[in-house]
Amino acid sequence: MEIKVKINGKVYQDNIDADMLLLDYVRSKGCYSAKRGCETANCGLCTVWLEGKPVLSCSVLAMKANNKEVTTLEGLEEEAKEFGAFLADEGAEQCGFCSPGFIMNVLAMKNELENPTEEEIKEYLSGNLCRCTGYMGQLRAIKKYLEQKSKGE
Amino acid sequence: MRVVNKPIRKKDAMMLVTGKPVYTQDIAPKDCLVVKLLRSPHANAFIEDINTTIAMKVPGIECVLTYKDIPQKRFTMAGQSYPEPSPYDHLILDKHLRCCGDPVAIVAGENEKAVDRALKLIKVKYDVREPLLDFTKAKDNEILVHPEEDFKALCDVGADNKRNLCSTGNFSYGDVNAEFEKCAHIVERTYHTKANSQAMMETFRTYTHMDLYGRLNIVSSTQVPFHVRRILANALDIPKSQIRVIKPRIGGGFGAKQSVVSEVFPAVVTIKTGKPAMMIFSRSESMTNGSPRHEMQIRVKVGSDENGVIKAIDMYTLSNAGAYGEHGPTTVGLTGHKSMSLYAGANAYNFDYDVVYTNTMGGGAYRGYGATQGIFALESAVNELALKLNMDPVKLREKNMTAEGQVMESYYGELCASCALDRCMEKAKEMIGWDEKYPCKDMGNGKVRSVGVAMAMQGSGISNVDVGAVEIKLNDDGFYTLMIGASDMGTGCDTILAQMAAECLECDIDNIIVNGVDTDQSPYDTGSYASSTTYITGMAVVKTCEKIRQQILAEGARLLKTEVENVDFDGQKVYTLDNSSSVTLSEIGYSSYVAGGGCITASESNFSPVSPPPFMVGMVELEIDKLTGQVEIIDYVAVVDCGTVVNTNLARVQTEGGIAQGIGMALYEDIQYTKEGRMINNSFMQYKIPTRLDVGKIRVEFESSYEPTGPFGAKSIGEIVINTPSPAISNAICNATGLIMTELPMTAEKIAMGILENEKN
Ligand code: FES
Ligand code: FES
Repeated sequence: MEIKVKINGKVYQDNIDADMLLLDYVRSKGCYSAKRGCETANCGLCTVWLEGKPVLSCSVLAMKANNKEVTTLEGLEEEAKEFGAFLADEGAEQCGFCSPGFIMNVLAMKNELENPTEEEIKEYLSGNLCRCTGYMGQLRAIKKYLEQKSKGE
Repeated sequence: MRVVNKPIRKKDAMMLVTGKPVYTQDIAPKDCLVVKLLRSPHANAFIEDINTTIAMKVPGIECVLTYKDIPQKRFTMAGQSYPEPSPYDHLILDKHLRCCGDPVAIVAGENEKAVDRALKLIKVKYDVREPLLDFTKAKDNEILVHPEEDFKALCDVGADNKRNLCSTGNFSYGDVNAEFEKCAHIVERTYHTKANSQAMMETFRTYTHMDLYGRLNIVSSTQVPFHVRRILANALDIPKSQIRVIKPRIGGGFGAKQSVVSEVFPAVVTIKTGKPAMMIFSRSESMTNGSPRHEMQIRVKVGSDENGVIKAIDMYTLSNAGAYGEHGPTTVGLTGHKSMSLYAGANAYNFDYDVVYTNTMGGGAYRGYGATQGIFALESAVNELALKLNMDPVKLREKNMTAEGQVMESYYGELCASCALDRCMEKAKEMIGWDEKYPCKDMGNGKVRSVGVAMAMQGSGISNVDVGAVEIKLNDDGFYTLMIGASDMGTGCDTILAQMAAECLECDIDNIIVNGVDTDQSPYDTGSYASSTTYITGMAVVKTCEKIRQQILAEGARLLKTEVENVDFDGQKVYTLDNSSSVTLSEIGYSSYVAGGGCITASESNFSPVSPPPFMVGMVELEIDKLTGQVEIIDYVAVVDCGTVVNTNLARVQTEGGIAQGIGMALYEDIQYTKEGRMINNSFMQYKIPTRLDVGKIRVEFESSYEPTGPFGAKSIGEIVINTPSPAISNAICNATGLIMTELPMTAEKIAMGILENEKN
């Protein structure tokens, strides 16, 4: 079927299989930051934004993005660098495989929640699994990042 | 120190956090054939007949391979130095299927849909046999997992396939029975630990292609590139010179990728078709046919005098190898040696073990490598001993813990040259507030809060086996290339080794570029496992730097037209001792690129006759709901002695990550099978790993000793950090409820049932 999707500001028009997943579609467009970590919608590695809201791209059909706007980490280079620097300074990207999906969600959280508490942060990101870091370094990075953001704004 | 012992950013950090395509699947050519396996639905069966004719006709299918098409040469998938201790019991495709999911056929095609269709069209007639699933009944069972005649063990590990034995052995020091007779208190108990999945976020994956020289290139998410080369050459029956292995970034390994799990399949396809091929394990395949932690049953007997001084320890470990013996003979050894050696003062030790084959998934290497299971058992027994003595378990440990300067008879007779276990305990106690909180506090709402303690150790590399080498080159303009053969799998070894080089060469870390791993280019390294890289390869960096320094001095002296005794090097320039003239490193770099100057490059390898243990103490504070048995982790304190900490950030995150994995193992991770031998919980839906809501607060501190044989005094950190949660949590549960937990995971159900049972009595 015919779809027209805007990915990171660029419009793509394609004829796709009806069962194609958004995850496979964005990867086929070179957005490799989105990863697959499971088949059961449990890991969060595939998180992208659809119309500015985080979704699990492994569980969304590509055709659902028809006439919509998709954002992956490739489209948020500046924000990724800015928050990523905090992660890097904690050493909280170990293998880094979970980082893109996690960062997509952190950036969505920043837009959505004002001054989130530690509990709210953990709740918001609970669907983003990380097997390497034990989550503590990620939390330290988020807190420092939000602190800087609130100072700067 | 300027660069070592600092929280330096990982060299690849910014590329990773901006989502750049650096992992195997991201960099594979787009025209790779999709490779998938038809897997056995039975735990024990023989292929009577297999027909692939219809499957082959599916449009887009390139090949369908069965055991008839594949070299029948037994090998082991275990990434270990040759000759491997793991028996040669594996074929790429075998007529005999020994566990559910064992590969029956390899299908390769242009796209996933075609491959999926072809998989369904392969006709197989199975001769289904009764499976052997209970590992406690495996030894000398009439069902043989490996009845084949060409089963072979390269090393004397006590393997006997006609008895379902993958390995058997014994270690003994002193006379345990005589010592037990003199003991005032004895605890004897049997523990059961389960198989766990490493659950690294990037599943097993590999792509392969032929290069312009007609050689097989393998790009794989592996911890052991050099072993992959050797193992594949062996399995595929082609010369090693025809294989090149490249390791890109890896999305986690934790030991899983110390076995050659995915590599053989696309490799066979590329050899048969000449085309690039890629195999990506699904999560469920990674769970059902990966390389999990060995399930074990461990009997511990520990005795002390009336004051709690431990006199003798006796252990027997029965380990479930599963269908294949990868890492079976070696993991089991650690259950004894790397637990008993926490108590070096005893007069006698005995340790026996059997590793048996069953028709469950073959085990492998998982962080901690047997030490985790052994430490759970022994530390639990020591906690029970404290209970018997009516003594604070911290105090009992303070009386008995291994100290610097002691000979550890149960640890291959090695001298404990560096140990800050006492300081770790002191610090942990203070951090968690042990004296105020031990043993527990009733919260008055049906919940009890309690604390628990455990100690742990590991090794640093495999003594007299592991080899690590690096090569350093000086380039024009004076920057260095550090060629690394060890696999950075997220652990940051590329950065850590560069830190050491920068420290030795007195330069900025940005002046060292790193490169690894490519078996055509990198110096040989056994690989990233056994907590070896910082300690073994790190020392290779130190040695190589010394050598290259000599060359820089010589070239500097030549340029300054003087003798090498008259000059020194400060990292930036070579200068005459009288300070009359100097030449910069940049100039030396340029001159080495021109006739007259020599190429400045050095490579040293390193091994160690010892494997100095890191030590640590873990303490947990948790809350138990007495009605539901639900455990909530409130606070976890870890104090680690890994010698000098090379990168303070990375060591901290390693520790936090290991503790979180350990919490999962302690409380809910458990590979379960149906009575037919099919794995039940093969997804993250069913096999839960800790989320950020489950780990409470994890706090880490370091109490460093100085290891004289390590680079800058460093030991290892990668594995030890998973070892304390199970016994510490078990101790806290006991302190809250009086329950003695003997089986992992310690689920809410088991705890609630235990509490009920206690109340009845
Ligand atoms: S791939 Fe795991 S949630 Fe989407
Ligand atoms: S950093 Fe490896 S999974 Fe999160």
